[in-house]
Amino acid sequence: MSTTMTMAKAINAGLRATLAGDDKTLLMGEDIGPLGGVYRVTEGLAREFGTDRVVDTPLGESGIVGTAIGLALRGFRPICEIQFDGFVFPGFNQITTQLAKIHTRSDGMLSVPVVIRIPYGGGIGSIEHHSESPEALFAHTAGLRIITPSNPHDAYWMIQQAAACADPVIVFEPKRRYWLKGEVDTAAPARDPFSAQVVREGTDATVVAYGPLVPVALAAANAAAQDGHSLEVIDLRSISPIDFDTIAASVEKTGRLIVTHEAPTFGGIGGEIAARISERCFYALEAPAMRVGGFHMPYPVARVEEHYLPDIDRILEAFDRALAY
Amino acid sequence: MGVARQPATGPDIVDLADTAGVARPGSIGPTDMVQLLDAQGRRVSDDAFGPYADALDPQTLRGFYKDMAVVRRFDAEATALQRQGELALWVPVIGQEAAQIGSGRALAAADYVFPTYREHGVALTRGLDLADLFKLFRGISNGGWDPRETNFHLYTLVLAAQTLHAVGYAMGIKRELDAGLATEPAAVVAYFGDGSSSEGDVHESMVFATSFNAPVVFFCQNNEWAISVPFSVQSKVPLANRAAGYGMPGIRVDGNDVLAVHAVTQWALEHARAGKGPVLIEAATYRLGAHTTADDPTKYRPSAEEAAWRARDPLLRLETYLRTEGLADDAFFRQVKDDGDALAAHVRSAALALTGEGFERRFATVYAEAHPLVAEEAAWFAQYAASFEDADPSDSTREGGVA
Repeated sequence: MSTTMTMAKAINAGLRATLAGDDKTLLMGEDIGPLGGVYRVTEGLAREFGTDRVVDTPLGESGIVGTAIGLALRGFRPICEIQFDGFVFPGFNQITTQLAKIHTRSDGMLSVPVVIRIPYGGGIGSIEHHSESPEALFAHTAGLRIITPSNPHDAYWMIQQAAACADPVIVFEPKRRYWLKGEVDTAAPARDPFSAQVVREGTDATVVAYGPLVPVALAAANAAAQDGHSLEVIDLRSISPIDFDTIAASVEKTGRLIVTHEAPTFGGIGGEIAARISERCFYALEAPAMRVGGFHMPYPVARVEEHYLPDIDRILEAFDRALAY
Repeated sequence: MGVARQPATGPDIVDLADTAGVARPGSIGPTDMVQLLDAQGRRVSDDAFGPYADALDPQTLRGFYKDMAVVRRFDAEATALQRQGELALWVPVIGQEAAQIGSGRALAAADYVFPTYREHGVALTRGLDLADLFKLFRGISNGGWDPRETNFHLYTLVLAAQTLHAVGYAMGIKRELDAGLATEPAAVVAYFGDGSSSEGDVHESMVFATSFNAPVVFFCQNNEWAISVPFSVQSKVPLANRAAGYGMPGIRVDGNDVLAVHAVTQWALEHARAGKGPVLIEAATYRLGAHTTADDPTKYRPSAEEAAWRARDPLLRLETYLRTEGLADDAFFRQVKDDGDALAAHVRSAALALTGEGFERRFATVYAEAHPLVAEEAAWFAQYAASFEDADPSDSTREGGVA
């Protein structure tokens, strides 16, 4: 059954299905109840399921994550909303020293199936701390899983899959795509949330993107096609673990790799992909792997953020450099 | 009776709070906290909490003493094991036995404990094999036991993080009761210390606990020292006073008085189980030993202070009381000593016999579900390790490279 909806509505529908399907699930966060969240992603859910299933918490991110851990230890499955990317850091300690480690600390005896939803990324003209992409900080922490949908269909399914996972899962939601419309097939069998997907086939280079930059990568591929170049685009979907098999298969075919993300290039996910693919596809590569990411600066002020964010031209510029080898 | 049980957010608290003195930080004494047994082992009358102690039979009182004594003996054995190189580190509990046995013995089986890393006495009351504690300190495990068997959670080393877990767990109990999924009321105890009280997580845990009316008892052992930093640096008021700011009862208790600790914890647990919300207990006690075996208290505190606290020893005062009242004889104390020695022998042999799982097992516990990166690295390591099997045993890289 296919329906057109925005990504925000798709996540809303996914959360509704999760709450309806498992009494042990609950949503926790700031302003997620009657208001429906600052982005209205949880709109209507408190009315439908009650404020004891859709819980407005006190304003404290460490408290949200820490109490979610306790609830999970008691057998509940909390889905937390962090209001903005830059506000996850008060909860960073609980996420990295506790949530990520309790399974291994207990030698596998305890599980803490907590989901943390984080709207992330820039391009919305906002103020400081509201446009960041901190995914690499979490990807570096073993014990966490990190996924990021780029379209409504994935958003609908991936939140449900995160909620069903026995491990802690962080879902980075590309906030500037909340209003992106797309087809959602609520009957389709869900794809493995921890797999990448080739979303456009091509032969000259592989562009790996995730979250907010997947539409940008597709647009770059369109532009390149007008110049007679064929770009393959991969939606990474999962940041931890990373589906290197899908990327390697693509690069074996195209011989060139470009990875793009909004997060700073230095120490980012792109570097990890470049290194791994260099190891696995060395003889297939026609050029070094190229990274197109943010600069080594705190996220800039909104008036100039367009220069910070990877766009079609910067992806094509990297492609040109790769072609020149 | 003078009590700094801070006030007065429910009718039952108003009844209890006949006096609400504000104590000086670090001060102890009968004027500002609940005490049922003074340092000389004499019963102190207390209309509110005395009846809890009056209800205890002699066997229970002797049990308190035995628990405290064997924990002290265990603690000494653990310290010795560390000195002999058998444990990487030990966290002595000496001096805090009454705070731990008194509170631990107030718990019911269905209650749940979130300890710090010094709750060896509480572990005993929950039925843990104390040798399991050594898995952490011998580098065998970062946990060491299944918390679901004893309702005693794993030690948490990041200060105060567990207070939020305790509140979340208590919120879960309340949800089950509210939804009719559970019928037996239960409460959670969050242990923390005077140093941890400065951590933001303690603040957030108290905000969440009161906001959601969670059945949790915050049990702070104020042992006066956060490693080398005195309590006066953490707070200008007794920590129990802070409870009022959150809207819950706060009780300051003589933490070296096992009867008083047991009484106030019982009261707090009943309060929490009855759906009346959280309680903060501040047990005024003293860390007679070092923070850990890597610490040297002579660098930061006068020995006279330690001597003064030794005079308030929790075991000594209960022994005096038991003897004065004719509740225990020499034979009992001899038996307790033998029991302590037996426990020490058990944990020593168990410690020396502890063998950890191989490094390969670490890969298997990172995630609950299959994970391709971990699987790839585990496979690589297995192959790498196997490549040494035919190597010359005298090759020094063998030992350093692969265990």
